[in-house]
Amino acid sequence: MTAAQEWIHICNLDDLVADSGICALVGERQVALFYIPEQKQVFAIDNYDPVGKANVLSRGLIGSAEEKLFVASPLYKERYCLESGECLDNDELVLDTWQTRIDGERLLLDPQPFNRVALKQAG
Amino acid sequence: MNKTRLVVVGNGMVGHQFLQSLADSGQLADFEVTVFCEEPRLAYDRVYLSSYFSGSTAEDLAMGKIEQYQEWGLNVLINEKVVEINKADHLVASDKGTTLSYDKLVMATGSYPFVPPVPGHDREHCLVYRTIEDLEAIKASAAKGKVGVVVGGGLLGLEAAKALRDLGLETHVVEFAPRLMAVQLDDMGGALLRSKIEALGVKVHVCKNTQQIVDGENCVHRMEFADGEVLETDLILFSAGIRPRDQLARESGLAVGERGGIVINNQCQTSDADIYAIGECALWDGRIFGLVAPGYTMAKVTVAQLTGGDSEFAGADMSTKLKLMGVDVCSIGDAQGRTPGAKNYTWLNEADGTYKKLVVSPDNKILLGAILVGDAEAYGTLLQYMLNEIQLPEFPESLILPSRNDDAQTGLGVAALPETAQICSCHDVSKGDIRQAVAGGCCSLGDVKGETKAGTGCGGCVPLLTSLVNHELEELGVEVSHDICEHFAYTRQDLYSLVRVGNIHSFEELMEKHGKGGKGCHICKPAVGSVLASCWNNYVLDSKHVKLQDTNDTFLANMQKDGTYSVVPRVPGGEITPDKLIAIGQVAKEYNLYTKITGGQRVDLFGARLEQLPDIWSKLIDAGFETGHAYGKSLRTVKSCVGSTWCRYGVDDSVGLAIELEDRYKGLRSPHKIKFAVSGCTRECAEAQSKDIGVIATENGWNLYVCGNGGMKPRHADLFATDLDKETLIKYIDRVLMFYIKTADRLQRTSVWMENLEGGLKYLQDVVINDSLGLGDELESQMAHVVETYECEWKKTVNDEQALKRFRQFVNSDKPDSNVVFVQERGQIRPAREEEKAEPIVMVG
Repeated sequence: MTAAQEWIHICNLDDLVADSGICALVGERQVALFYIPEQKQVFAIDNYDPVGKANVLSRGLIGSAEEKLFVASPLYKERYCLESGECLDNDELVLDTWQTRIDGERLLLDPQPFNRVALKQAG
Repeated sequence: MNKTRLVVVGNGMVGHQFLQSLADSGQLADFEVTVFCEEPRLAYDRVYLSSYFSGSTAEDLAMGKIEQYQEWGLNVLINEKVVEINKADHLVASDKGTTLSYDKLVMATGSYPFVPPVPGHDREHCLVYRTIEDLEAIKASAAKGKVGVVVGGGLLGLEAAKALRDLGLETHVVEFAPRLMAVQLDDMGGALLRSKIEALGVKVHVCKNTQQIVDGENCVHRMEFADGEVLETDLILFSAGIRPRDQLARESGLAVGERGGIVINNQCQTSDADIYAIGECALWDGRIFGLVAPGYTMAKVTVAQLTGGDSEFAGADMSTKLKLMGVDVCSIGDAQGRTPGAKNYTWLNEADGTYKKLVVSPDNKILLGAILVGDAEAYGTLLQYMLNEIQLPEFPESLILPSRNDDAQTGLGVAALPETAQICSCHDVSKGDIRQAVAGGCCSLGDVKGETKAGTGCGGCVPLLTSLVNHELEELGVEVSHDICEHFAYTRQDLYSLVRVGNIHSFEELMEKHGKGGKGCHICKPAVGSVLASCWNNYVLDSKHVKLQDTNDTFLANMQKDGTYSVVPRVPGGEITPDKLIAIGQVAKEYNLYTKITGGQRVDLFGARLEQLPDIWSKLIDAGFETGHAYGKSLRTVKSCVGSTWCRYGVDDSVGLAIELEDRYKGLRSPHKIKFAVSGCTRECAEAQSKDIGVIATENGWNLYVCGNGGMKPRHADLFATDLDKETLIKYIDRVLMFYIKTADRLQRTSVWMENLEGGLKYLQDVVINDSLGLGDELESQMAHVVETYECEWKKTVNDEQALKRFRQFVNSDKPDSNVVFVQERGQIRPAREEEKAEPIVMVG
């Protein structure tokens, strides 16, 4: 892993939509951001839908399945765990995720993506 | 092996069932089959013949299809009658000169209506009720007269009376016996049925012995009865019972009964072992069976005999359950208590119009027979008690007395039925067959129906079948869940009621009061969003509701495969001015959108990026457009033909009505999308009969059709009501739609909803036209609320700063999505394919 980069300011909390998603451009990457007010937390996963092959996940519906929060793709309805990026309907699909932090009214994001599978393989 | 040459004489319902059973047996290849069909068309459903007058066509009634017969490899001779059977040489000859050899022959010649030989019975406009040709003659005759008489108050006579009433005639039933349905009912049951039928406007005359028919003074005929009374009428329909068509058998030297009928043994063989007879032409143990189910059983027995099986015909139960002009009538077993020593239990409720009677054995232990009039609910249970000789409860009357409190129902549990209990009599399916189907992997009522055919005939056994299937699934540990998803232990209908009754206005409130916790999911959230919108009609992008919407509702546009959207402005009734067309064209040109005309008579603009939607809509709104709701589970379009305004054939202004309807119902959120159409005459150019709501102009007003569908599983709409004025038409549509919204499942189109509605079309007509549930005013006022609170969602959105914030590709950048790439095709854009994106190409847009 590379050294921790600077957290970057993406937007303010009032740009987010409670229990729904928006999208941010981080370098060349599109990041879908989901704001869950009850947890005071913002989840960030890849905006690219690997099945539909389009940048749309930020426009999916949020739900929960046995405690796990997910977003369902607006194209073909696969569900992806907001926390881990894993697809709940297909073991082979895992999306990159990003770490976020709320600082007052500001949303900060670590531009270094995580990938659950890559991390596991790296030990 | 040489094929067996098999000749089938007759192609009625039983003749058709014989061919179907033979095909089902898988041994069709061993036979060379020739079918003689004397009528000009193949087998059709005579049981539902009267529906021919309430909208069904000959095609709807058809059972035998020529394509099917050809696929089975049958040689079918239509309009050809067998006139001679030479038993000695195994030859048949037809009226068209065909001569054929046979190895085996099956006679399914059916029956003919008995016409009492009273003088004048053969006058013009004296008809019978048996074939489609008869119906056409009745229709032609009825068009010239005002009064019609049915001679015969039995099952078929009352069906025929319904037909005459549907044709608009003043209808009389003349019965020789002292009561209606003399065979199946007793005096009290007959009297109650009579009062119910008279309340429907049909006049009943019993104990009438017709002496002669002569010229009338005010009508065509005058019927003179033995008691000196007379009745004038324009049309007489004889329905005084049936007689077996055994003439061919008689002439061929086969044994026939004293009073008619081809004598058969338990194998359904006639006196010549190579000739079988089945259905109403056959006489078994001195009896003729005038119902379709025993005929079907004979057909199956004969197939078994011909293919090496050993099943035998052992008589048939003649219990019946019918709906005569909307009145439930059931007769089971020894309904009249003829068994020596039999005891009766009776219950008459004149206020509700119900009569129930049990006939039990002298020791009070076994049910011998029963009659039900006005309330058929107990039929399934009682029939099983009788057929299986199940021991009655200590107080048998509990089976027919109404329960006035929450006491446990006394209905027979399905667990108590023996394995052999016949659940579906139309297709002879036993409890054991059902259990086997469930054990073999059928997990729902639909699966079991598909596997066993149970419940797919008359449908009378469906309630019993449903509880049996659920019982079996539970026994196997399969939980029968009707829950919408893991977050709510309710169906969509339940959620709708909870929202209405509890005055609930948000998803959180519903989750807190009735949910199992959690955030909900992509199943329950849009469903609840839709229910809230149907009930309260709030702005769907309100901060409370926005998270419930699917992406199409969130962005008020239809997402396409590449993540861009299509835009459809509303064009009510498909009528549009040149200026508005130009405006659409200008917007499409400015934003380089792909344009296509839709099936709903409007224009679809494709390839709009998320961030372009508000600008596109501002321009469309300025040009006078409103949102078309192409993205919503809501009213889409009201298609119309050009109507009487321009068309030489138009009867009424279909475009005007279409616009009015579209403006009334636009924005109505519902379980699924809804499409309408209005045609200006019966040429039906707007294809209204393939729509959820279809309206067709006639000389006398509007005809309303409901629950049609194109799409994956097309369904012809049902004729719901005729000759309506506009006010009544709108009232009925209000009620139908709100009742659909109230009771349909999630994502259930009106067509499937109708098919699953217990009681079907008739029930819906009762609810809407007769207000049988007393819901009419409520449904109308709920619709009125939706109509009054309509606002164009796009007009509201383009003026709402908060809502507009979401129409950006990136919260932190104005760049477009680099993965959206178009190429040119036929002069317009289309999304680039993956391999095209890989190549460096000139981007457009």
